[in-house]
Amino acid sequence: MNYYKTKIADGNIAVDDMILVKDAEASAGSKMLTGFKPLFSAEAVTRLENKGYKIAGKTNVGEFGLDLLGEFSYGAEAEGTLKGAAAEAVASGEVKAALAVDMNGAARRAAAISGIDFLKPTYGTVSRYGVISCAASGEQIGVYAQNASGVKEIMDVIAGHDEKDGTSLKNESYDYSFHSVSGKKVAIIKELVEKADDETKKRINAFADALRAQGVTIEEISFDVFAVVNTAWQILMTAETCNNISRYDGVKFGHRAKEYKNIDELYVNSRTEGFNFLTKAVIMYGSDVLSKNRYEACYDKSLKVRRVMAEKFEELMKQYDAVLMPAASQTAYEAYDIHEAFGKVFNESIFTALANLIGVPALISGGVQLMGKHFSEGLLLSLADSVERKGE
Amino acid sequence: MNYELVIGLETHVELSTESKIFCSCGGHSAANEPNDCVCPACSGMPGMLPIMNKHVVELAVTAGLMLNCEINRYTTFDKKNYYYPDLPCAYQITQLNHPICTNGCVTLKTSAGTRDIRIKQIHMEEDAGKLVHGGKYSYVDFNRTSVPLIEIVTQPDFRSAEEVVTYLNKLKSMFRSGGISECEEGAMRCDVNISVRPEGSEEFGVRTEIKNMSSFEAIEKAIRYEAQRHMDALEFETEELVQETRRYDDASGKTMAMRNKETEADYRYFPDANLMPIIIDDEWLEEIKANKPAAVDEKAEDYRLAGISDKEIDMLISNQKISKLLDDIVAMGANPKDGAAWILTDCAGILRKDGKTLNDLVITAEKLYAVIRMVDNGDINRNAGKKILIAVVEQDVDPIAYCKEQGLDKKFDASAIEAVIDKAIAENPQSVADFKGGKVKALQALFGACMKELKGAGDPAMIKTLLEEKLK
Repeated sequence: MNYYKTKIADGNIAVDDMILVKDAEASAGSKMLTGFKPLFSAEAVTRLENKGYKIAGKTNVGEFGLDLLGEFSYGAEAEGTLKGAAAEAVASGEVKAALAVDMNGAARRAAAISGIDFLKPTYGTVSRYGVISCAASGEQIGVYAQNASGVKEIMDVIAGHDEKDGTSLKNESYDYSFHSVSGKKVAIIKELVEKADDETKKRINAFADALRAQGVTIEEISFDVFAVVNTAWQILMTAETCNNISRYDGVKFGHRAKEYKNIDELYVNSRTEGFNFLTKAVIMYGSDVLSKNRYEACYDKSLKVRRVMAEKFEELMKQYDAVLMPAASQTAYEAYDIHEAFGKVFNESIFTALANLIGVPALISGGVQLMGKHFSEGLLLSLADSVERKGE
Repeated sequence: MNYELVIGLETHVELSTESKIFCSCGGHSAANEPNDCVCPACSGMPGMLPIMNKHVVELAVTAGLMLNCEINRYTTFDKKNYYYPDLPCAYQITQLNHPICTNGCVTLKTSAGTRDIRIKQIHMEEDAGKLVHGGKYSYVDFNRTSVPLIEIVTQPDFRSAEEVVTYLNKLKSMFRSGGISECEEGAMRCDVNISVRPEGSEEFGVRTEIKNMSSFEAIEKAIRYEAQRHMDALEFETEELVQETRRYDDASGKTMAMRNKETEADYRYFPDANLMPIIIDDEWLEEIKANKPAAVDEKAEDYRLAGISDKEIDMLISNQKISKLLDDIVAMGANPKDGAAWILTDCAGILRKDGKTLNDLVITAEKLYAVIRMVDNGDINRNAGKKILIAVVEQDVDPIAYCKEQGLDKKFDASAIEAVIDKAIAENPQSVADFKGGKVKALQALFGACMKELKGAGDPAMIKTLLEEKLK
């Protein structure tokens, strides 16, 4: 498969096309940004380069990262079985690790399908400077690698305060070192497991068994919040995305329609031609939830849900060290028509939305997902590492 | 019927910071060419995030302190969405839900007396760029994009155009002296909300908004035009008033509708997730208070507005006795600027000759004002006033008595009396002929005419002498 939108050099790190690398075309998978070359690199990219890592290229993403697995990337629409480009570049051994923006589940789903690891860290730990921003309040750069120790290696470099990002936390660095997991308690979320197919259920059980073998206590619990969590996140995500991509208007850079008679037509025609159907659906949904009549019932309510869910999850994390759940309902997806995309993504992100809504870390390993409280990356990586190394 | 004008004001003021509100570009005043002061952040390129300029917060708080506002310790930013080529992100970062300052008050002194104008809120926001139209194309210039502004919103407390202009002058003067804004041409822009109601009515009339005016003269004219339009509509039913946004055309002196309610945009405001809430703790607030320039004294502002020079203000503010003397004579009716000159130039000059300073000045406000009033009324000229002032300052004489004694009043002034005599001679040719014919008694008739003209105030001996000389 062709992983790259833009191949840069022989390198060991891939960067998805939502993250800027100086002078390398950054399209965000959209016709709208075709030909856009950034004047600077993302902070995470710069930090890696400063440590001697080399960027191999920009991997394809679905337009603005809104789809399931990167299938609707302008000029590189997928056929057959879907795979995430950055995840595949790592899974195939083409690169050691990859950076990708985690916003609405695409990055985590891709890792689960490819069978590699992906960490979406606590919100504010990795600078968002240089991310083509969509859902500012919940998006975060994450790391793909072959295993937990590969993720840790990259996180040690890219995490830490950046003054160029106002949402960057003040900590200069984080401790991701591995510890014994014996005696830890992990809860399996019943409601999410029930939503997944049999193969996924098998993976959950296998992962749980492997943890038990390391002395971890596993309990199945009911934590029935995910429908509300997902709705709230879809409202915030579409609203923020709609707002952040409104700057792509054909005036300054990127695609501009050839035909227009006045400024309104320039806007309408450029955006009509530049965005795909899914992006347009997100814009419509996002505009609607921010409109005067709907704001209180939708956006404002979602902010309240965010606060309440953060408290509920924190409460749960007093009894358990982490939760175990699927990252997707299936272990494989086939190409489909874009008109079905909005509903499909909405349904699938029920597994991923909590981490984006309340900013907690999520780790994909062995095709399953672990989540823990804020700053619990070290523990999540230790759990995955203990499973990955069993028998060593 | 008598009508009352009701006006509320939204004033945008460009802040004097070294850099823009969310990036490190210099302000547009530093720009020579279009798009000189532009970076990826303020031109809306992807990947850049807004970083709050701390100085903007400090200047906004200082402005709030000057306008007696409550300073909100928790303040947040919101995004306002609309498409326009001069707005690179297609949203403006502003404050809707938690503005930095609320509930202030400014006291105005106008011909109608002292009036309090309530300040609803002050909020921080970024400016937009501008469009340059030329030939076949329009061009965008982002130099002004993200230049920091504060918007000061008043309650509908103004009742005349004069009050509005007084308020704006006061803001301008305060903000200049406080280092908040240079308030240069175009750096202060107003939206005026205006309605008219029958005098005594509690209900507001239909409100129109006149957008984006920067010249005070235009604002005053626009208010007068719009008020008249409203009154004509109410009184003569010339048109039906509708709530709408209008603009003022300077050339024609008229306001005209821009857009009506139906098509008014929904700005879809929502919180900006890229900017964390700003917390102003006690320590920071105290620091801002301590750095608030000393010259932002209410009294200094009043003096400045009266046209007194900065140098004179410094002298007045540094000497409480002297500033009280000025306030007292102003309360009696003296013009402040003129009064300041009498004290700081004339009195000081008199004292200096004896090696003294204004600290040694002994004069009552009543005596000083008596001198000034004689000059203002035209009873004596300024030189005579100065002579009297010397006697008052040096010997504490009674100025009116001294004036008479010294013949400084024009009524005792030979040249003034001569004019009266000439008039009497011209108007009484018969008496003149009689006198010249030997009738000494005729002189008495001419003398009477002069005294009548002078309302009995002249010196009889002097008049007689002058009259005899004229008739020789």
